[in-house]
Amino acid sequence: MTMPQGVQERTTVTIRFAGDSGDGMQLTGTQFTRTSAIFGNDISTFPDFPAEIRAPAGTLAGVSGFQVHFGSEELHTPGDEVDTLVAFNPAALKTNVDDVRDGGMVIVNEDSFGTTDLKKAHYDANPLEDGSLDKFRLIKVPATKLTQEALKDSPLGNRDKDRCKNFFALGLISWLYGRPLHAVEEWIDQKFGKNPDVANANRTVLHAGHAYGETCEFFEHTYHVSKAKLPPGRYRRISGNEATAIGFIVAGKLAGKDVFYGSYPITPASDVLHVLSRYKHFDVKTFQAEDEIAAVCSSIGASFAGDLGITGTSGPGLALKGEALGLAVMTELPLVVLNVQRGGPSTGLPTKTEQADLFQAMYGRNGECPMVVIAANSPADCFDTAVEACRIAMQHMVPVNLLTDGYIANGQEPWAIPDADKMAPIVVKHPGPVKASGGNGNGNGDVDPPLFKAYLRDDRLVRPWALPGTEGLQHRIGGLEKADVTGNVNYEPENHEHMIATRQKKVDLIAQHIPEQTVMGPDEGDLLVVGWGGTAGALRTAVERVQKQGKSVAHCHIRYLNPFPRNLGDVLKRYKKVLVAELNCGQLRFILRGKFLIDAYGVNKVQGKPFLVSELENKINELLSN
Amino acid sequence: MATEALPQLKAKDFASDQEIRWCPGCGDYAILAQVKKVMPELGIPREKMVFVSGIGCSSRFPYYMNTYGFHTIHGRAPAVATGVKVANPELTVFVVTGDGDGLSIGGNHLIHAIRRNLDVNILLFNNRIYGLTKGQYSPTSEHGKKTKSTPMGSVDNPLHPLSIAIGAEASFVARTIDRNVQHMADMLRRAAAHKGTAFIEIYQNCNIFNDGAFLYSTEKDQKDDTTLYLEHGKPMIFGKERNKGIRLNGLNPEIVTLGEGGIKEDDLLFHDEQLAEPSLAYMLSRMRYPEFPEPMGVLRCVDQPKFDEEMTNQVKEAKAKRGEGKIADILNEGDTWDVAG
Repeated sequence: MTMPQGVQERTTVTIRFAGDSGDGMQLTGTQFTRTSAIFGNDISTFPDFPAEIRAPAGTLAGVSGFQVHFGSEELHTPGDEVDTLVAFNPAALKTNVDDVRDGGMVIVNEDSFGTTDLKKAHYDANPLEDGSLDKFRLIKVPATKLTQEALKDSPLGNRDKDRCKNFFALGLISWLYGRPLHAVEEWIDQKFGKNPDVANANRTVLHAGHAYGETCEFFEHTYHVSKAKLPPGRYRRISGNEATAIGFIVAGKLAGKDVFYGSYPITPASDVLHVLSRYKHFDVKTFQAEDEIAAVCSSIGASFAGDLGITGTSGPGLALKGEALGLAVMTELPLVVLNVQRGGPSTGLPTKTEQADLFQAMYGRNGECPMVVIAANSPADCFDTAVEACRIAMQHMVPVNLLTDGYIANGQEPWAIPDADKMAPIVVKHPGPVKASGGNGNGNGDVDPPLFKAYLRDDRLVRPWALPGTEGLQHRIGGLEKADVTGNVNYEPENHEHMIATRQKKVDLIAQHIPEQTVMGPDEGDLLVVGWGGTAGALRTAVERVQKQGKSVAHCHIRYLNPFPRNLGDVLKRYKKVLVAELNCGQLRFILRGKFLIDAYGVNKVQGKPFLVSELENKINELLSN
Repeated sequence: MATEALPQLKAKDFASDQEIRWCPGCGDYAILAQVKKVMPELGIPREKMVFVSGIGCSSRFPYYMNTYGFHTIHGRAPAVATGVKVANPELTVFVVTGDGDGLSIGGNHLIHAIRRNLDVNILLFNNRIYGLTKGQYSPTSEHGKKTKSTPMGSVDNPLHPLSIAIGAEASFVARTIDRNVQHMADMLRRAAAHKGTAFIEIYQNCNIFNDGAFLYSTEKDQKDDTTLYLEHGKPMIFGKERNKGIRLNGLNPEIVTLGEGGIKEDDLLFHDEQLAEPSLAYMLSRMRYPEFPEPMGVLRCVDQPKFDEEMTNQVKEAKAKRGEGKIADILNEGDTWDVAG
C-alpha cells in the first residue's frame, strides 16, 4: 500500500460540497468553514440551495451546494473557480462540474451512480466511465458502503446510518486539507448530545472518512493552507443576516431603545426574524405579523410610541409595504426597512441573489416620497450598516431603506469583533412633559398648555419625536398633507409644495452627517469602477488584480445611495471613464447619469449569481484598452 | 409618596382644536359626543390615550380628540395599533374603523388583532355604505343593494361584523346604535373596562348615501319589536308589550309569545355573556332583521390571555433567565478566535 507523499502548500482553495437537499451539504460546508476559520484562515462562503425544501430526491432541481473559499491571504469572494468538488450524486455532478477548473479535483460518491440515479439526472451514459471527466482528477469513493461498514455495530437503522455519509465526506476533506477534527467533534457532541447513538455514529463516520484518506491510494499528497495574516484582534464567523440582526440589537442598546421588529416570513430574510427572536433579553420584541403590510404598519406604530421600529423583508414584500412607507415619510417617524434582495420580478428567484431593487427602494412609492437608502457590502459589513441605518432613522426622523442581498445575507466571513466600549451612543431626544397651568376656561379650571407643534423643525429640518404618554404634547399625525409647524391637516397649494420641498431637503441634508466617499486606488486616473452592495468583494479583487498589472484604475463602493456622499460628484469626474458594476440592468448607472450628467459604462449580470472576478477583470481591461 | 389626584376632566377637555368636517346630520357626531363624554369617567389622563384609525369618514375621528392620535392608511389601523400597544402597554388604545376600512381592505388585520386578543378597543362604525368615496356598496351592504357601482343591485353577500369578530374568538363583542346614546355610553364603558380586544359594532346612519338604513331599529313604533337588548343572566325578552321572547328549538332560536301555549319566562333562553364556548354569542350574531329582533348589548365578555401582556412577559422572563443583555456579550458569542498582533 502506498501512502500519500508529502504536503503541498496552497495560498487559497475553493471547495464546493454538492448533493441532494437532504444530503446535509449545507451542514458539511458550514462545519468545514468553521474548522477553517478557527484554524486561522480567512474565509468566504456561498451557500446555494433550491427554493424547494425537498425537491424529488436525486433530481437536478433538488441539488443543494455550499462553496467555501479559504486561504492564507485576505479573501473578498467565495472564489470564481472550484478547486475541489464533492458531488454526492449524478445531479450534483451535472449541475456543478462546469464550475470546476481544469485539472481540479472531483470527488464523487460512486455508490449513488446507479442506472436510476443517472436517469434522474438526465445522464445517457455514466460520466464516471465515459471519459467526459478526463480533464479533472476524478476520485470515486464508495461513501455509502464505507459508511454502512463503519457503522456495522451501531444500533441505528440503515436509513439513519445512511444519513451519516456527509460526515464521511467531511472527514475525508478534513484529512486532505490538514484540518483537525476536534472542532467538529465538539459540535457533534453539542448538537446530538441527547442522542448518543447518533453522536457516536457521526463521530465514527467522520473518523472513517479521515482514515480512508490516509489509507487509500488516490491522493498523491495532502494540502496545507497557512493561517491568514488578518489584523490582530478577536474574530468570529458571521453571515450577513446574523450581522444585520446583531446590528439592530446593538443600535437599540446604543440608543437606549427597545427594538420592535415586525416581519412576515420571506426568503431570504426570515433568518433575521429568527435571530432577533432569540434575544428578547436585549429588550427585543419580535412580531410575526399576518402579512407584509401589518409588519411595516406595526413597526410604524411602535416607532410612534417610542420603540426603534424595524421591518424586514425581501423584494416582493417591499412592494406590499410601499403605501405604508409613504405614511412613514409623511409622518416623519423613524423606521428601518430591511430588504434582503433576491431575484425578481414577482416571486422570481427566491433563493438567488440580485441587486434589482434599487429603483424600488429609491422610487417605489406614490407621490414625491424620498427615502434614505443605504446598502451593506459584505456579510460582516451588514453589522455596521444596520447600526448606521438605525442611527439615521432615529436622529433624522426618517424611514431608511437598508439593502442587503441573498449573497451576503447567507454568505459568511470572519468578522473582527468591534470593541463594545468604543461604540458611540446614538443620542435620541424626546421632548418632555408640559404641565397645564392654573387659570380658568377649560373644563376643570386649568388652562391647557399651548398646542404642541408636532412639525416644528430644528436646523436639520427634523421634527420632534414626541411620545404618547407625555403630558401636554397630545397631537395627531397621519397620511394627509401636513401644515408645516403645527402638523394639522392642510390642503393649501403653497403649503403642499413647501412640504414636498422640505421633506426632500431634510433627506438631502443628511449628506452633511455621513462620511465622504473614499476610493481604493489612485485619486484620479483612467478608470473608476463603481459599485454598491454585495458586489464589493468581487469588485475589489478584480480592481486589485488590474492594479497589479500597473494600470490606472480605482474602486469606489457606495454605501450611501440616498443621499449620496457630498463629494461623490467630484470623485466621479476625476477619472476618464466610469464603469458601474451591478447585478441588475443598470439601475445605479441610470441614477448617476441623471444626477451627475456623466457618461458611465456598465457591466451587468442578472443570472441570480454573484459576479466572477474574472468577468469583471475582463471588462475592466476591455475598457482600459479602448 | 403623595399621590396627586387626577384633575376632573370634562367632555370638552377631550375636544381638539380642529373643525369637524363630517356632513351635518351624520351619525358620527353622536358617537364622538359619547366618546368625549365617557372618556373623562375612565380616570385615564388624555396623554395616555391613543386613537388610531384607517381611512374613511369614521377614520377622521382622531383629529377631533385631544389625545394622541394616528390617522393611518386604509385598513391598517389594527396593525399600527398593535405596534403602539406593544411598544407601550400602559397606553389605552382605541381603534376607530368603518365597515369598508375594517372589513374590506383591512379585514385581515382586524381578524388577526382580534384573535391575538390585543388589549385595544375597536369601534367599528357600520353604515353599510362607502361614504368618503361617495356612495358605493360596502361589505356589509345587503344583497341586491343598488348603489353607484351596483346600478342593478349588488350580487355580493354581506359580512356580519359580530359574526366575524366571534369567529375570530373575540373576548369582548358588543353592538350599539348611534341613536341610543345612553346605551352607547354603557357599551363604551364596558369596552374600556375589558382587558383584551373589545369589539363594538356601532350602527351609524349615513344620511347622505344610505339614509335610514337602521330606521327599523330606532323608530319608536318599531324598535321594541326589532331589537333585543341583552342583559347578562336575564331571559331574552323583547317587544312593545315585553311579551315576546327567544326560545331554543333544537339548535335554532325561535320567537315565542309569553303566555301562549303555557310558555313561561323560564322556557326562554337566558343570556350568558361569560360562556367560554362562543356558540351562543355566534347564534345571537346571526339573528337579523326582519326574521328576528337584532341583539344590542354585550354578546360576549370573557377573560383570555392578552397579546401585549404575554409579549411583555416573555421579555421579562428572558431577562430573568439570562440577565439583561449587554452589547459586549452579543458581539462575542459563537465561535471566536484570536489573531495575535
